[in-house]
Amino acid sequence: MKHWIAFWNIMRKDMQAYYLKPPNISWGLIFPIAWTGMFFIRSGSGLDSILTLLPGVIAISVLFGTTSLLSVTVTFEKKNRSFERLLLAPISLKLLMLAKTSGAILFGVVNAFIPIILALFLTDLSQVNWALVVPAIFMIAVASTFLGLFIAVSVSEVFEAQTFSNFFRFPMIFLCGLFFPISALPVFLRPLSYLFPLTYGTDVLHEAIHAQGVLAPGLNLLIIAGFCVVLFYVSVRNVQKTWIV
Amino acid sequence: MKSEKTTHTLNGDQNPLLDVVNLSKRFDDVIAVDGIGFSVNKGELYGFLGPNGAGKTTTISMLTGLARPDSGTIRIGGLDCTRNPKAAQHLIGVVPDESNLYPELTGYQNLCFCASLYGVAKQERQLRARKLLDKFGLSEAAERKFSGYSKGMKRKLTIAAGLIHHPAVLFLDEPTTGIDVSSARQIRLLIAELHRRGITIFLTTHYIEEAERLCERIAFIVNGRIVKIDRLDNLLQPVQGINAMSVAVADMPDDLCARLAAAFPHLVFQTVSAEQIRVESVEAIRVGPLVKFIEEQSAEVIEARRIRPSLEDVFVRITGLELDLMKKEKERGGGRP
Repeated sequence: MKHWIAFWNIMRKDMQAYYLKPPNISWGLIFPIAWTGMFFIRSGSGLDSILTLLPGVIAISVLFGTTSLLSVTVTFEKKNRSFERLLLAPISLKLLMLAKTSGAILFGVVNAFIPIILALFLTDLSQVNWALVVPAIFMIAVASTFLGLFIAVSVSEVFEAQTFSNFFRFPMIFLCGLFFPISALPVFLRPLSYLFPLTYGTDVLHEAIHAQGVLAPGLNLLIIAGFCVVLFYVSVRNVQKTWIV
Repeated sequence: MKSEKTTHTLNGDQNPLLDVVNLSKRFDDVIAVDGIGFSVNKGELYGFLGPNGAGKTTTISMLTGLARPDSGTIRIGGLDCTRNPKAAQHLIGVVPDESNLYPELTGYQNLCFCASLYGVAKQERQLRARKLLDKFGLSEAAERKFSGYSKGMKRKLTIAAGLIHHPAVLFLDEPTTGIDVSSARQIRLLIAELHRRGITIFLTTHYIEEAERLCERIAFIVNGRIVKIDRLDNLLQPVQGINAMSVAVADMPDDLCARLAAAFPHLVFQTVSAEQIRVESVEAIRVGPLVKFIEEQSAEVIEARRIRPSLEDVFVRITGLELDLMKKEKERGGGRP
């Protein structure tokens, strides 16, 4: 019970203190909306393109929202040494890192629903399979958060975290099938797509929103779960190795 | 310089609250802590005194679980936490050398959050936070963000955060470094009061007077090694029968001390600075002949005053470190006692 009091309060404190920090607003909300607008105008198909674009927009909102938040909640606290308080608390490092990431996962999920709510006013979403959309959003949020965690524990400054994040985020926009299918990529780039968890999450969203998934949704979710486990354990190990010297 | 690699340290209990044996830590080629051993009894205020870079913070980091020892053992409250620091983290409170609370939260929120990390229930942590804010004179600033606090207020709130979960032992790492004189004094009074209330305190400092004023037992650490551990009264004993005097001299010849030593063989002279000498003797020091002799050397005595031999003298005798070094530490840090 005591551990869960700590868990809940770490998560709550992050949400209270960091959700509305400028990097989260700019990278987590404004940037995905700007990208969406750009693709929307570029498609030239008017409102008809919304359903096609929606999976990519959802994925990009989650990806940028979670990774931006982690660079603040972890890197910023490491920098000003307040993270030491958490390391001194009598809770396991794994539970601590789960608490630190839970707020970001929730932020990612909330971010995902911003374009969905906007789309509700512009197009018909009656054919969307929500039973697939919800787990897909959740798993994309978890994987993106753990990717953000991996980045955040590898650097010492917030701006480094943002820069390093972009090293992953920008290629993922083009390689993960967000706005155009992987089959449209040059052959030599296609294998790279399958190295990113977002590819599998976006595939589930394509299947759920306009029935154009490539892999079975269950398999996609399983693969994302595998990415999550690996990213989380590597991040925790990095903290143990480099922060507790 | 002699190192004390001890397992049973002087005046330590058979069942100490904190027991450290042969602890070592190396960073690449630098040995930060070299086989130190000591124990802290329940209710004791234990001082860990040494210059910057002596290994004080590294020691605290190992004791609290923020650094892994290369060798040795650490027991807190009977629990072996050498390899598993989490085992005893519920027993310790830590006040680091920098105030590291959350700038976005208010003073009250910071304390409540810190209590929650130790599983303290909501109502209880709110009660404790209010009491501590009151006790530390921060009630009026309770709803202000930590980022808006002065340095002294930040230190006080950081100490309060270290106490909020009622730890068995409180680690204070350089609590008065870098703050103004008035705040440093308030914090020293707070520490003394916590000690009176029976809280076990492990205090690191490079302020000799602070250690002398507050601590019951003191360990001297230099270059990662403990060179002496003893009770304050025992440490002061060798200098208690000594008479000492500080003489300020203008136009002091370089070899004044040598000339004085030749003229007054029963006295010991030491150049403290370009304008100050220190005189020591087991006998009473007669000022008149001394002043007369100095003025005959074409120098002028500006002031001559008796000084009480202190822990600083003991520290210098034992460690061989120059007084200047510790003085520079003090000047750099501010908040001197």
